[in-house]
Amino acid sequence: MGCFSYYLFPSSPTCQVPVTGSFACQFKTTPYKQLPTLFKQKRKQFNGFQRASRVVSYYALKTPPYKLDSLEPYMSKRTVEVHWKGHHGAYVEGLNKALAKSDILYGYTLDDLVKVTYNNGNPSPDFNNAAQVWNHDFFWESMQPGGGDMPELGMLEQIEKDFGSFTNFRDKFAETALTLFGSGWVWLVLKREERRLEVVKTQNAVTPIVWGDIPIINLDMWEHAYYLDYKNDKENYVNAFMDHLVSWNMAMARLAHAEAFVNLGEPKIPIA
Amino acid sequence: MALRSLVSRKTLGLGLKLQFRGLQTFSLPDLPYDYGALEPAISGEIMQLHHQKHHQTYITNYNKNIEQLHHAIEKGDSSAVVKLQSAIKFNGGGHVNHSIFWKNLTPVQEGGGEPPHGNLGWAIDEDFGSLDTLIKKMSTEGAALQGSGWVWLGLDKESKKLVVETTANQDPLVTKGPLVPLLGIDVWEHAYYLQYKNVRPDYLKNIWKVMNWKYAGEVYDKEHS
Repeated sequence: MGCFSYYLFPSSPTCQVPVTGSFACQFKTTPYKQLPTLFKQKRKQFNGFQRASRVVSYYALKTPPYKLDSLEPYMSKRTVEVHWKGHHGAYVEGLNKALAKSDILYGYTLDDLVKVTYNNGNPSPDFNNAAQVWNHDFFWESMQPGGGDMPELGMLEQIEKDFGSFTNFRDKFAETALTLFGSGWVWLVLKREERRLEVVKTQNAVTPIVWGDIPIINLDMWEHAYYLDYKNDKENYVNAFMDHLVSWNMAMARLAHAEAFVNLGEPKIPIA
Repeated sequence: MALRSLVSRKTLGLGLKLQFRGLQTFSLPDLPYDYGALEPAISGEIMQLHHQKHHQTYITNYNKNIEQLHHAIEKGDSSAVVKLQSAIKFNGGGHVNHSIFWKNLTPVQEGGGEPPHGNLGWAIDEDFGSLDTLIKKMSTEGAALQGSGWVWLGLDKESKKLVVETTANQDPLVTKGPLVPLLGIDVWEHAYYLQYKNVRPDYLKNIWKVMNWKYAGEVYDKEHS
């Protein structure tokens, strides 16, 4: 696999391109409203344009990069369908409704929208939808048919460096997933400051990009992600994810992309 | 350990064992009706998993937490005591909440869904306008709750007013103030997913058909007087 093609992945965590698969435009005149200071600065750059009319771009439900039945038997088609169209779709719909109603959300990439609505830990009502769209876009691409097993090359080296061994990492990831209280997500992230990989968990819709981590892999621990297939047996679900679903290819691509922002050590220059 | 189990006694009805040195462990309380008795509002499969697996897991972990707490206190290990608090709130809350939830429901032929009479009926009209308004409010708040949690009808012991509250995860109602739970509705996905999937509002529409208002009225009378 050519390493450089990784930079072209549209879903890389810090990518500034909006994840709108397609967008519809709508012109609408709205009276200028008093805006909260949080959004004021952002708004300025659009001001001249928006006084006259407004363009609203809507988010599309991003399609998983594989057939819906191709994760069988570890994740059933039924689960993927309800999860993707039902849950993920409802978050997209909720986000679009909010965008149509309020012009203060206009002009952000999805990443920025998530960060700004998180509002330093006092999330605005739209955070939930925006973050869950982000989380699910990221989750579908964190899996692949025939996934699981071991990472290779740089990904494996980095895990071994930061966790001691792949087994240690796997145990930590599983333990974190199983000790999460309520609904939420488990993540393998790259910490910017510490320049190392870490396993973290988040509640409900929270995504670690809000505090600057670069996500590499995520696992949905909301019950809807596994209940039809595994019922209360979440340990079995976590094992299936690690053994058969997680896409280490995507993880490696994301790590390679992250290295553009975080220096992970001396470069290894091959000897001619 | 052996000594402790020798002297343990299971007291009937309360689902609680008295053990050596006052350390209590808990066991799964019986469901006051059959698993399938709430159909079609809630399927037998859901009830069985919810009771035998989910509630049991909270109890198992709660018992573990209590034992760990006991050891931590004995050793005078304050940081270990504090560290256990979130697990105790979660697992203990799971046990408390589910124990209430089973009593909040009852089959239709045993009065499930029958509107409250007596003092509670009057109080609902006074505090919410009507029973329908209350039901709508609880259903709306339950549907809007992000993630896992509960929606409650509680009695404020100080103001003597009825209140609707939500709690996250397994936080019991008492974490929201001096409130006595009259009704609690579980809006964790495990409470409805096998039957209703992502359509939580449908679950919240149908659960009223098996609501045990008689039980809520009894708690109300006891706490209000």
